[in-house]
Amino acid sequence: MKKTAYSFPEEVLEHVFSFIVSDKDRSSISLVCKSWYEIERWCRRKVFVGNCYAVSPPILIKRFPELRSVTLKGKPHFADFNLVPEGWGGFACPWIRAMAGAYPWLEEIRLKRMVVSDESLEIIAKSFKNFKVLVLSSCEGFTTEGLAAIAANCRNLRELDLRESEVEDLSGRWLSDFPDSYTSLESLNISCLGNEVNLLALERLVSRCPNLKTLRLNRAVPLDRLPNLLRGAPQLAELGTGAYTSEMRPDVFSNLAEAFAGCKQLKALSGFWDVLPSYLPAVYPVCSQLTSLNLSYATVQSPDLIKLVSLCEKLQKLWVLDYIEDDGLEILAASCKDLRELRVFPSDPFGLEPNVALTEQGLVSVSEGCPKLQSVLYFCRQMSNAALNTIARNRPNMTRFRLCIIEPRSPDYLTLQPLDDGFGAIVEHCKDLRRLSLSGLLTDRVFEYIGTYGKKLEMLSVAFAGDSDLGLHHVLSGCDNLRKLEIRDCPFGDKALLANAAKLETMRSLWMSSCSVSFGACKVLGQKMPRLNVEVMDESGPPDSRPESSPVEKLYVYRTVAGPRLDMPGFVWTMDDDSALRIS
Amino acid sequence: MMDESGRMGRRRSHHKFSEERELELRLGPPGEEKEEEEDCWSHHHNENKRERNSHESDQSPLSLGYFSAQRIYNFQPKASSFLQNMSMVGKESKDAISSQPCRSEVMEFHNGAVCAEKKALSSPSSANTAASNNSSQKRSAAGPVVGWPPIRSFRKNNASGSTSNSKPPLGSHHHNQHKHHHHHLNLNVEDKVANTTNKEHVNNISGSPNKGMFVKINMDGIPIGRKVDINAYDSYDKLSSVVDHLFRDLLSVQKQKQEEEEKTMILDGSGEYTLIYEDNDGDKMLVGDVPWHMFASTVKRLRVLKKSDLAALSLGGKQGHINH
Repeated sequence: MKKTAYSFPEEVLEHVFSFIVSDKDRSSISLVCKSWYEIERWCRRKVFVGNCYAVSPPILIKRFPELRSVTLKGKPHFADFNLVPEGWGGFACPWIRAMAGAYPWLEEIRLKRMVVSDESLEIIAKSFKNFKVLVLSSCEGFTTEGLAAIAANCRNLRELDLRESEVEDLSGRWLSDFPDSYTSLESLNISCLGNEVNLLALERLVSRCPNLKTLRLNRAVPLDRLPNLLRGAPQLAELGTGAYTSEMRPDVFSNLAEAFAGCKQLKALSGFWDVLPSYLPAVYPVCSQLTSLNLSYATVQSPDLIKLVSLCEKLQKLWVLDYIEDDGLEILAASCKDLRELRVFPSDPFGLEPNVALTEQGLVSVSEGCPKLQSVLYFCRQMSNAALNTIARNRPNMTRFRLCIIEPRSPDYLTLQPLDDGFGAIVEHCKDLRRLSLSGLLTDRVFEYIGTYGKKLEMLSVAFAGDSDLGLHHVLSGCDNLRKLEIRDCPFGDKALLANAAKLETMRSLWMSSCSVSFGACKVLGQKMPRLNVEVMDESGPPDSRPESSPVEKLYVYRTVAGPRLDMPGFVWTMDDDSALRIS
Repeated sequence: MMDESGRMGRRRSHHKFSEERELELRLGPPGEEKEEEEDCWSHHHNENKRERNSHESDQSPLSLGYFSAQRIYNFQPKASSFLQNMSMVGKESKDAISSQPCRSEVMEFHNGAVCAEKKALSSPSSANTAASNNSSQKRSAAGPVVGWPPIRSFRKNNASGSTSNSKPPLGSHHHNQHKHHHHHLNLNVEDKVANTTNKEHVNNISGSPNKGMFVKINMDGIPIGRKVDINAYDSYDKLSSVVDHLFRDLLSVQKQKQEEEEKTMILDGSGEYTLIYEDNDGDKMLVGDVPWHMFASTVKRLRVLKKSDLAALSLGGKQGHINH
């Protein structure tokens, strides 16, 4: 009898599948045939849900009965910039409840931009006996009480990471709720907490956990307590300091410098709130081994920054304020040849006039000097097509390029032309570009370039750009790999949207706010595309109280297999085919 | 593209064909004449610019038969009406200059302006940021645009608290740390005063807020919370009118069926509601008791509630009692 692939026992296939880790590959495997689909779904251990409303808990649980790790993302990215009103959604509770029942062996929960309640944290704490990893990234809705439940109950917790979440900080006592017998902590990030934690409990916790590799403190941890903490964890690989300031005393300084010198494995540093420049040299002993440095809260001047950065020859990732200025970036380019990622944040984002000597030249220098530079986020106040052209030609290996020229619609400051050609050069030369954020004065032409050349582009952010629907049409019809498109304040309207309706089913989501999409078009889109959720946000009242041609405030469209969601607040209307308007 | 019912499909494919043809005309190599680029789909739109209410639905390539002509051509309204729908605040004069549908006008304006400027421009390679953005020199002091520049709120609150046009001073000054707004450390009274005086000073220099400070504001009975930028205002009157406006809209949405609008002037004592806040010590206080800059530096949350509910709360601060 002929042996064929499907005469292998399931166990063999399962074993083979266990080497396939990437979600895309797993998905491909499951499409081969029915039996592979079945085998694969039973042995899938890890799932990533990029939009929590694209699927529902019952659907997920039905297909994947044996998960150990779940990642969920909630609100759209523009929620980071206050464009999504409170109460919009992204509630973790229904997911946590459902998983508590279905996955008693769940080990990892990672949530981003979701609303998490203390109740949810308590459910997690009590339901998963082998719970190991909790990452709450840019989440909100919980308090330190919820954290206390986690600390008290999760005996096998390895990672507790609250990065950039909004936590109602009722008391620092929760840290003491880790029992004395608890020693498995590997990663702790409490940098977002507002108030003091119990420092003694922290010190004891840190020193009894031998595998602690990542410790990111909050601002309230005073500098003079840092040496003790470091001595309790000399194996630390990543450290986020608290406030980096203290009364200037020689013994504090030498204590600190010694403690840093003892951390031979330290690779990443962050924190540095309220930096007292004279304390910066305390970290010099570890600079030569650093690969990651986040100075984006360090309000110190360029010379201090330069001295620090020029010692970090192995640096791969630098986040810094624009105090570094063009001069500093030139030194960076000369010193850090391994640099892969640069983010320069504005120290004075709302000022009308520039407060630092940071221009496009800094970015050009880095693009020239750092051959491995692939990821850039750069805030500045002037840009030119020539500079963008140079950057593009220098760095065809760029994969993420986000430029924010602070004043909307700023033209090329040399020629006063739009920046179409400059960004066009970026998409043309950087053939692997996956993420792009535009700014400055831009016409439909830049979108023509993007549609023509941005074939690998997955995420595009647009603000105050374009002339007409043609711009949007270029992007939707040209960018074959587009997954996320977010647009604000652009004259894009109905035509391009409706003409490219089918494209939206191939993307994760589309956000359009303060554009020219009419309510009528939204209704049509919702009615004609049942596998899309078309949600209109309008805080001034129901959209049908205005003419159909009126533009909607905000539009969020995403593909889903779960149908319209049922947890919308009063200012969100769904345009599905049952009823164009949900009656409130 | 849309492949649903056959009846629609035929009509659509006809339009799609003509649309593609028109698009092909448009997608020429870069470097075309500006006049061609200024407009998009077809000559229809040039005509439309002259007549506001055209009724030529059949000529529109993407009409799909669903809308009346007016709506389709509405998408390129004149600058002012388009901008009314945008969330930009107080940028009237600048918008008139840089509105997108009139790009050629923008170029002309800038060219004219730059003639005077070019003489003042030093060589482009220098870091002369003064000449960077002539639009910034043209506009009036603008209010902040929501969500722009795109940075997270925790970065805004941590951004430099020192004066807007200077960098943090060299050297190790103990004093240095007090220039920053300490949300999280317990400050003594002297620190608070130094903080607030510096902030006032900063606001006076720049003439407009140089950092945003967003605090949550909730109103009893309304599930939708909001955030307001305290640094965008410099007095209780302004805050009061913004809060009033904010919740009046939300209230009227909730009570659509009621004929009359509820008057909710919050801080003048005449209305049904009042405003309280929570400061950085967690105490709840009535808004209006302390000088504005002191309030602005300590406020963490705001809440609007009915005066009748005030008695149920225990208010902290200097006055333990309710005044009105």
